[in-house]
Amino acid sequence: MTNANAAYRSWGRPQSEAGKRVVRLWWRDQAFPADRPALPFGNGRSYGDSCLAREGALIDLRGLDRFISFDDDTGLLRCEAGVLLSDILAHFVPKGWFLPVTPGTRFVTLGGAIANDVHGKNHHRAGSFGHHVRRLELLRSDGTRIACSPNESADWFAATIGGCGLTGVILWAEIALRRVPGPAMEVDTLRFSGVDEFLELSRASHNSHEYTVAWIDALNPGRDGARGLFFRSNFAADQRPVAAPRPKPGLPFTPPVSLLPKPAVRLFNTATRRWPRRSRQYVHYERSFYPLDAVPNWNRLFGRRGFYQYQCVVPYSAAEAIGELIARVARAGEGSFLSVLKVFGDHKPVGWLSFPRPGLTLALDFPDRGERTLKLLDTLDEITAEAGGAVYPAKDARMDAQTFQRGFPSWRRLEDYRDPAICSDFWRRVAVPQPI
Amino acid sequence: MRKVLIIGATSAIATAIARLFAQDGDRVFLVARNEEHLKATADDLTVRGASVAGYKSLDVNALDRHKAVLDEAEKALDGIDIALIAHGTLPVQADCERSPGLTAQELQTNAVSTIALLTRLAERMEERRSGRIAVITSVAADRGRQSNYVYGAAKAAVDTFLEGLRQRLHKSGVGVTTIRPGFIDTPMTAGFRKGLLWAKPEAAAKRIHAAIGSGRDVVYVPFFWRWIMLVIRLMPRSLFKRIEL
Ligand SMILES: Cc1cc2nc3c(=O)[nH]c(=O)nc-3n(C[C@H](O)[C@H](O)[C@H](O)COP(=O)(O)OP(=O)(O)OC[C@H]3O[C@@H](n4cnc5c(N)ncnc54)[C@H](O)[C@@H]3O)c2cc1C
Ligand SMILES: NC(=O)c1ccc[n+]([C@@H]2O[C@H](COP(=O)([O-])OP(=O)(O)OC[C@H]3O[C@@H](n4cnc5c(N)ncnc54)[C@H](OP(=O)(O)O)[C@@H]3O)[C@@H](O)[C@H]2O)c1
Repeated sequence: MTNANAAYRSWGRPQSEAGKRVVRLWWRDQAFPADRPALPFGNGRSYGDSCLAREGALIDLRGLDRFISFDDDTGLLRCEAGVLLSDILAHFVPKGWFLPVTPGTRFVTLGGAIANDVHGKNHHRAGSFGHHVRRLELLRSDGTRIACSPNESADWFAATIGGCGLTGVILWAEIALRRVPGPAMEVDTLRFSGVDEFLELSRASHNSHEYTVAWIDALNPGRDGARGLFFRSNFAADQRPVAAPRPKPGLPFTPPVSLLPKPAVRLFNTATRRWPRRSRQYVHYERSFYPLDAVPNWNRLFGRRGFYQYQCVVPYSAAEAIGELIARVARAGEGSFLSVLKVFGDHKPVGWLSFPRPGLTLALDFPDRGERTLKLLDTLDEITAEAGGAVYPAKDARMDAQTFQRGFPSWRRLEDYRDPAICSDFWRRVAVPQPI
Repeated sequence: MRKVLIIGATSAIATAIARLFAQDGDRVFLVARNEEHLKATADDLTVRGASVAGYKSLDVNALDRHKAVLDEAEKALDGIDIALIAHGTLPVQADCERSPGLTAQELQTNAVSTIALLTRLAERMEERRSGRIAVITSVAADRGRQSNYVYGAAKAAVDTFLEGLRQRLHKSGVGVTTIRPGFIDTPMTAGFRKGLLWAKPEAAAKRIHAAIGSGRDVVYVPFFWRWIMLVIRLMPRSLFKRIEL
């Protein structure tokens, strides 16, 4: 049922209290809210506390959900920042257009996608979301409005892409959609064993496949380390009729304890070993990009304590760190529901704080078991830092300031561009420990 | 393709309904006060597939401008198949209690302006012997309650007016749809704490759009308000006057 009392929480923290006060923006010409400090809030699909502000107000931007203009020839779409990517898809896929880059859920806002400079399965080819943003407008707390692009107030542009919502409220943006032949995708699934084999597959698929990603079994790594399934896909040139998945009933409430007992997680991960060596399927793009969206509120499966997602990136030259991370997790016996491995391409990051950078990225889920989990995650931080990598703010709820600042050396520059009236719990933890 | 005039077109509920018309490729003409918001709404609907015949800024309380605006809309649309009236304001009841002026003004905006518009629209549609008039009243029209009886009285006036109008226009083949929403999460209700009874404008719009399409006379939005209001209406007065509602 539709419950308009959408709780302002983050995805991994079902019990989190995001902020006591919420202000909504409904129109682009509205003033910056008087209730300060404040933090822009999109759709709460960030896992940790980058979209939370315990000590301030949240600025709910879902009311800015209007399209502004669309150019049929170039695919240039201008829309307000609270538009959901799902809304863009619903409207434009039937017309033969698709998002240039999409994260693993379509229920994020345009503003949220920009603020975290999100990436998708085509990073090796298309870069991150920010690479396709042509222009945007910021509303600052002093009332100024800054329109910026890669060559107009370029500093504000680079600060805002991946800027975690700290540079101001994004009111609208222009993005370049890409043409697709239709909703059907041709997906190859290949079994692999070991990071080297994964890298080999990634390399071999680089030119032939627009989208690549791997699921790995982080519970039972083989002798070679990661064992898993490699998915590579393209929009099918010969479109066959494919059906969109029907949404399954979600969990209407959060159970007190996790409904993901170990055996279930194991079962899930065993599938990665029984899969035929190679297979091909035609599927609707929703099945391929958003398998988790079919179960609303799947995050509640983790129970009231919630869970952490850990996503890091390490440079190609330190690929062995991936094996180390996986081995570490396996040794700790901490089940990961879904572990994802992907190669990022060589694109130069757009934003000062963009997470995607050349290298390998690994994402793992951990049910929150308190101290034990936090300790394990600290160890993972060490391995990541040692490898010269970084941890993804959109997924993070716990990394310390040092880890963050090593991974994002430009953070001080962003701090200079941060709107003095904006702060998040995340930023307080990693950059400004003293209250503002 | 239907030709739809929307008054109060920038309201969150009306916008959500207009998007469904847009999806069908219908032609719309938008009226509200704020010009910027009208433009933003028109742009949105255009991208979503509507053909926007135009928009016009109008303070509905300027009754003397109604004719000109309706003329313009009718001309731009080339006739009106559906007229949706959605404008409204929700006053703070306590402020009204201290101010007859404010009370009168609220009755003006929520009842008199609407009835004046309906009077003109009815005449035009009756003459053409076709069309549908849809008006958003409220569950507040069903029974006066201390928490919002000024607003409720205005909505009740419109509701009763529609009841009579429906009878009159029936013979001319013109339909009248009375829409009674419960709690919808919009700018109008921004200051309220939201609970389980609250619905999103998109959900409300679906039901309203369907009701207009199928020619329903009265529709509660969401559906369960019909039963809630039935209970409230049936409550004996001796009890009703003692409770907080
Ligand atoms: C199932 C799932 C899969 C995911 N897969 C991926 C993936 O593949 N790749 C990836 O990169 N991410 C992924 N994510 C993370 C998600 O894409 C990001 O966290 C995204 O930023 C969430 O957007 P949101 O609209 O929910 O914003 P929120 O989570 O509400 O906010 C995110 C940040 O954006 C800021 N913000 C929001 N709107 C505005 C605005 N208008 N102006 C300024 N700042 C704003 C907030 O302040 C906050 O810092 C996934 C998340 C889930 C739940
Ligand atoms: N939200 C609810 O819970 C709820 C419940 C029951 C009934 N309703 C009714 O549903 C309708 C839509 O409500 P909403 O919640 O969507 O409201 P909303 O978003 O607050 O919009 C109100 C609309 O009314 C217009 N308006 C107000 N005064 C006007 C005037 N003098 N002249 C011209 N236009 C005027 C506004 O336009 P400008 O901004 O340009 O003035 C705006 O388009 C209203 O009739 C309301 O009473 C709402």
